[in-house]
Amino acid sequence: MTTPTRTRRTPRPGWLLLVPALALLAGILLVPLFQSLLRSIGTPEFTLDHYASLFTDGVTLTVLGRTAMTAVIVTIVTFLLGYPYAYLMTRVGPRLRGVLLVIVLIPFWTSVMARNYAWIVLLQRGGPVQSVFEFFGAGDIVFQGSVVGVTIAMSQVMLPFMVLPLFSTLGGIDRKLLLAARGLGSSPLVAFWKIYWPLSRGGVVSGLILVFTLSLGFYVTPALLGSPQQSLIAQLLAQRTTQLLDFAGAGALGILVLVITLLLVAWANRFGGTISAIGVASTSRTKETR
Amino acid sequence: MTAARRRDRGVDPIPWWLIALGALVALYFILPTLIVIPLSFSSASAFEFPPKDFSLRWYENFFTDPVWLTSLGNSFLVAVLAALIATVVGTAAAVGLNRLTGRLAGFLRTLLMISMVTPAIVVAVAVYISFLQWHLTGSLLGYVLAHAALGVPFVLVSVTAALGGFDATLLRASASLGASPLRSFVRVTMPLISRGVITGAVFAFVTSFDEVVIALFLRSPTFQTLPVQMYNSVTFELDPTISASSSLVVVAVTIIFLVPLLIGSRKKTR
Repeated sequence: MTTPTRTRRTPRPGWLLLVPALALLAGILLVPLFQSLLRSIGTPEFTLDHYASLFTDGVTLTVLGRTAMTAVIVTIVTFLLGYPYAYLMTRVGPRLRGVLLVIVLIPFWTSVMARNYAWIVLLQRGGPVQSVFEFFGAGDIVFQGSVVGVTIAMSQVMLPFMVLPLFSTLGGIDRKLLLAARGLGSSPLVAFWKIYWPLSRGGVVSGLILVFTLSLGFYVTPALLGSPQQSLIAQLLAQRTTQLLDFAGAGALGILVLVITLLLVAWANRFGGTISAIGVASTSRTKETR
Repeated sequence: MTAARRRDRGVDPIPWWLIALGALVALYFILPTLIVIPLSFSSASAFEFPPKDFSLRWYENFFTDPVWLTSLGNSFLVAVLAALIATVVGTAAAVGLNRLTGRLAGFLRTLLMISMVTPAIVVAVAVYISFLQWHLTGSLLGYVLAHAALGVPFVLVSVTAALGGFDATLLRASASLGASPLRSFVRVTMPLISRGVITGAVFAFVTSFDEVVIALFLRSPTFQTLPVQMYNSVTFELDPTISASSSLVVVAVTIIFLVPLLIGSRKKTR
């Protein structure tokens, strides 16, 4: 007898509270995206030509390939730097761990334009980074206006997205297993490879997919640090929209990039919630100190 | 404790190369933020680091040039309004979703979060073309609406986290004592989730204040935000005033993020 009353008492208008947020998102994000989908298949009438020409115009595929390649390099760099860093975070004391976590989150709250401006100054011809490389006898590497500079700047801001999922996975691994393996006579490398690495794979996979996916959409960094001759897909999209005014073609390209991204995100979600991982990452600073 | 730690260190030490690598990665994380502040005090009229002479001329420029000041004012106005809208609708959505279960609720939560993973450029291009038709480009309203939509996921995440520790029986107690749902919300729910709401509002504000990509597309000669002016200054004008602007923004954002931290520590000591 008590159960029905309780369910009736539960506040009902939960759905109504969602209406303003859904209306805002629908009006500002979903309707424009839907309109660009319609434009891409309905200009001048129903046609798939705009999609077909993405694959035949000789430019889009090259740029898409270059973008994917850049994203792969950024992913590898962030993995090679992020894995040891996340591991170190699990090994140090709580105070130093807090410091290391704050350092990870610094790129999140350094303003986009301030960060890119700093990279321009650091990477420019005759700038500090080139001087360091010159000192080691590699002075002929060009950083500004090349994919190298774009990769360096992108990897820095993508590192948190690698470190945070890795940190949450590595932090859950019982290190006594490693000590047990050592005690049973295995070398550190074998113990790492046979025990630690397989246990960390979940975090690795979600970090890799997350960084690769987010790297595909970079606009400001390649626009400022790269060169128009080596443009990435976001620059191509912007150029088709604002310079060529090819709204249908830009719509098709935008939808293609969006579909690739969402498929990758859905895939990554199977390894532990990408969207929630970003959400947690973005607010973890305040959580940690609670 | 120290004995255990010492023994631990003996059996399972942290290798020196790991510490060195960690320090290098940490430097990589903070390098751009670190150089922005000394750069802003440079007297050179070209982008150079390390600065040879120090001066305040770029700060003077920033605070006397109407273009920079107007952009700053616009950014501030847009961010305040966008954060306000995002906080109100995002908090409502989080409270609503908290009461709902099932597949549809899960789907709606994902839908509300989707802008976090959608490439900014795809959104920017779509929004730009639609806003052209709706006459919203280059207007305060256009900027506010677009940035408010971007801020909603941050509010949703932080308020949902705050609601995680919320005991729903408190609402029933309040209702049984005769409070209306609205009164219950204001007197019971709101104080308990206020930290989540403030955190969400701060993130929504900073997201808008710092947003470049959509802002670049929505700009007009009569209305642009600070990140857009900073973009102009490195692409067209090569104007080192950006260094003063960068360091001001970095310092301001750092202070803004410290506010929730300070509120938290004050609560802890109380």
